[in-house]
Amino acid sequence: MSRVQNVVVGSVRTALGWVPAQWLPGGTPDPLIERRAAIGRQASRLDGPQKVAGEARFAAEVAMDRLVYATLVHSPVTRGRITRLDTAAAEAAPGVTLVMTHRNMPRLGTLPLIGVSDLTAVGNSSLPIMQDGEIRYNGQVVALVLADTQEQADHAAGLIELDYAAETARTRFAEAKAGARTPASILIDKNHVSIGNAERELASAPYRVDYLYRTPGQNHNAIELHALTVAWQGEQLLVHDATQMVAASAAALAKLFGLKKDDVRVLSPFVGGGFGGKGLWDHQILAIAAARLAGRPVRLALSREGVYRIIGGRSPTEQRVAIAADAQGQFTALVHTGYSVMPPYGACPEQYTMGTRSLYRARSVEIVQRHIDLDIVPNTFMRAPGEAIGTFALESAVDELAHAMGVDPIELRLRNLPERHPISGAPFSQHALGQAYRDGAGRFGWERRKAEPGTRREGEWLIGLGCATGSFPYARMPGANVRLTLHADGTATVSCSAQEMGMGTATVQVQHAADRLGLPIDAITFEMGDSALPAAPMAGGSCQTASIAGAMAAAADKLIGELLRLAGNDTPLAGLRAGEVRFADAGIAGIAAPARHETFRSILARAGRETVSVTAAGSMPLEFLKFAMHSSSAIFCALRVSGVTGEVRVDRLLGSFDCGTILNPMTAASQFRGGMIMGLGLALTEETLFDERSGRIMNATLADYHVPAHLDVPEIDVMWTGIPDPRSPLGARGIGEIGITGVAAAVANAVFNATGKRVRELPITLDKLL
Amino acid sequence: MAIMINGAAVAAPGDARVSLLDLLREQLHLTGTKVGCNQGACGACTVLVDGERVLSCLTLAVQADGRSVTTIEGLGSAESPHPLQAAFIKHDGFQCGYCTPGQICAAAAMLREAEAGMPSYLTADLTAAPVLLSRDEVRERMSGNLCRCGAHNGIVDAILEVAAEHAA
Ligand code: FES
Ligand code: FES
Repeated sequence: MSRVQNVVVGSVRTALGWVPAQWLPGGTPDPLIERRAAIGRQASRLDGPQKVAGEARFAAEVAMDRLVYATLVHSPVTRGRITRLDTAAAEAAPGVTLVMTHRNMPRLGTLPLIGVSDLTAVGNSSLPIMQDGEIRYNGQVVALVLADTQEQADHAAGLIELDYAAETARTRFAEAKAGARTPASILIDKNHVSIGNAERELASAPYRVDYLYRTPGQNHNAIELHALTVAWQGEQLLVHDATQMVAASAAALAKLFGLKKDDVRVLSPFVGGGFGGKGLWDHQILAIAAARLAGRPVRLALSREGVYRIIGGRSPTEQRVAIAADAQGQFTALVHTGYSVMPPYGACPEQYTMGTRSLYRARSVEIVQRHIDLDIVPNTFMRAPGEAIGTFALESAVDELAHAMGVDPIELRLRNLPERHPISGAPFSQHALGQAYRDGAGRFGWERRKAEPGTRREGEWLIGLGCATGSFPYARMPGANVRLTLHADGTATVSCSAQEMGMGTATVQVQHAADRLGLPIDAITFEMGDSALPAAPMAGGSCQTASIAGAMAAAADKLIGELLRLAGNDTPLAGLRAGEVRFADAGIAGIAAPARHETFRSILARAGRETVSVTAAGSMPLEFLKFAMHSSSAIFCALRVSGVTGEVRVDRLLGSFDCGTILNPMTAASQFRGGMIMGLGLALTEETLFDERSGRIMNATLADYHVPAHLDVPEIDVMWTGIPDPRSPLGARGIGEIGITGVAAAVANAVFNATGKRVRELPITLDKLL
Repeated sequence: MAIMINGAAVAAPGDARVSLLDLLREQLHLTGTKVGCNQGACGACTVLVDGERVLSCLTLAVQADGRSVTTIEGLGSAESPHPLQAAFIKHDGFQCGYCTPGQICAAAAMLREAEAGMPSYLTADLTAAPVLLSRDEVRERMSGNLCRCGAHNGIVDAILEVAAEHAA
């Protein structure tokens, strides 16, 4: 991201500031906000029966003739080069069809890194993939073995002999800080924001806090391992992949392998969890190349260790947050700066200051992120990248300030909520964080909190309550396409390449299509997970639902025109124009005169058509450049800390969300809870242990990296304001990521309330409390 | 001898290295049994062997020779679900659905363990049979089955509902 981009985004924002809202997408609120039938209803997942029966087919489960299995060999060295490579024994081992190393790997270019301007750029790393004998990070793949069975491939992989000449690697965070880079922008925002003189305000304020907060690396740990089953048919490539980016992967693979776009087909109807990790990485490229060399279909499933070695996770950070306040508790300075790891061959900037930019107003602001370069598998986006850990630092600091001032921490927050976006000055499209706090505090029983820490004890246990704010921006992706097909029997099919990783994609979009088209739910079929369908954006940034919804709304508009044309003059609708009708009761009706109505069946029958089909792209998502569109939440936590062992047990967790319209309360509640549970892991147990001496991850297993297990997870209460966002399709904003934000701070603040100990380094393990 | 898998006899594989998990998934295409770690840490591969829950990734297929294996496909189907499968849908006890077959197989065995009076580390009365399943008892007994989507609340609700039906 460049300075040029800052200027472009800046001037688009300024220009849009002058454009009347009604000219822009979202200028007139989506009529479905007022007219909901299926949307907003509790509905079980449409794919539930398949999933509970084990009938949902995942990428590594596709049967193929002559299939061979792949095993990868990873470098134990962090930097250096291969000095000896002997594959003879492996090649001679039973069942082996191919040993692939940099010697025989086809020569390929590198993947364009994930970016905002080219939607087919989805690479997480721009390093060459097995093109030479260089080792650039610990765990890099140095060889791949194909054999008739997995057991044979695993055995043969162990027979490959490799020697390395190790070189000095950059592995120490603290040492690398000196050489940190300051990028011009973070995603689409200008990186360095400086308003007033924050340091001077800090020095002169009656109240201030100024601390460093540290968060470790983390891994996504979706339970499904990264896997693909791939087959070449001549110059055509078929990839069954576990991916969050069906269409973009297909386009990127076509480019990399020099194929026509239509000759690559990526299928991914079900993904066993992604959280940002299931993008395009080395393993897909390696498996596809090996399948080509061997002339056989290949299945490659990473080992759990392999996932840690070659799929990056969340970057570790060191963040400084300083806040100053005047005697009334108004913020006079807000400083959020820090360091995260992003090697130059990676693309994901861990945007931990993003929440800070929109949450509070302050007279002076100083925000800047710096990137550290280590020899490491490139980090990537992991659920609420930036916000998950940025809110830990910011919201711990707010709590510290409230304690220093003797003010209730909710009250302090409410005093500093902004009217408009504090930095861009743009009006909020909808923003009710204050209400979320009041509603949440009431339900949680916040008034029972004792302001003085360490004063509630029950036997061995110290009891504490804490709260914190979560936040996540709205986004809608350009380039979202949907095809709507009406059939002669009056049913409809909605098609796009979208992905399902547990969000309930099909369920919610079928609810949407039912209301959009005036049909019952069971008249709608949703097709997805196939790059041969009209391209949907990747599942990321909590924007899939809104992006598809925008495209479906555009397709529905187009369909109305098409149906009016087919209906001709011999219809009760004759003479009405597209703007004067709408979908209703399995057909089209006049808006002013609803009695003028004709059903789809009747229109299609008279026109002698089996189907009518339209494809449309969503409008350019300019709404979120003109308006400040942010979801926010208030998270409340009640916990116990053992005075004997320092063990923390979370007893209650409540999330009160302000995220626009909730489309399906059942699946939404599950997504909120899921995010909050990952937040408990972030707060208390999760840490990718990186050995700074060797550059190697030490706990590359699910036994040593503790994700929350059943006994760690209390009953989680969720609620929402449900106020529609007048600027977004359906009034909805994304909900997949916000759940995790704010949770770590709510836990840390509750730990402080229980014990009087302030832990500024995650995870909050027992040793830090003894 | 043979392995009985969901009621059908299957010959044990010739290669002794083949895990029960890989026999099911790769040779028999019973892909309802999932794999999340291949090292006994996640529970996704849980199946029932002679009615007891085992991690099929840590079981060699030949160890199941002469025994009876039930996988998620043997418990029920989309058309005629097992009560636990139906309860998981009702309580939204899953999101991506990948850990789900393992959770359901584990829960089926766990209910029988409690009924038989097998204590957990939370059971106060070690001699009680059946063990009354509190929410925390279920959580403790199910902690070997990880869910990264965070469907824990729904999973426990689903299991408690089926446990209550059992008891009634
Ligand atoms: S796959 Fe067997 S326990 Fe994880
Ligand atoms: S439902 Fe996705 S891991 Fe449990």
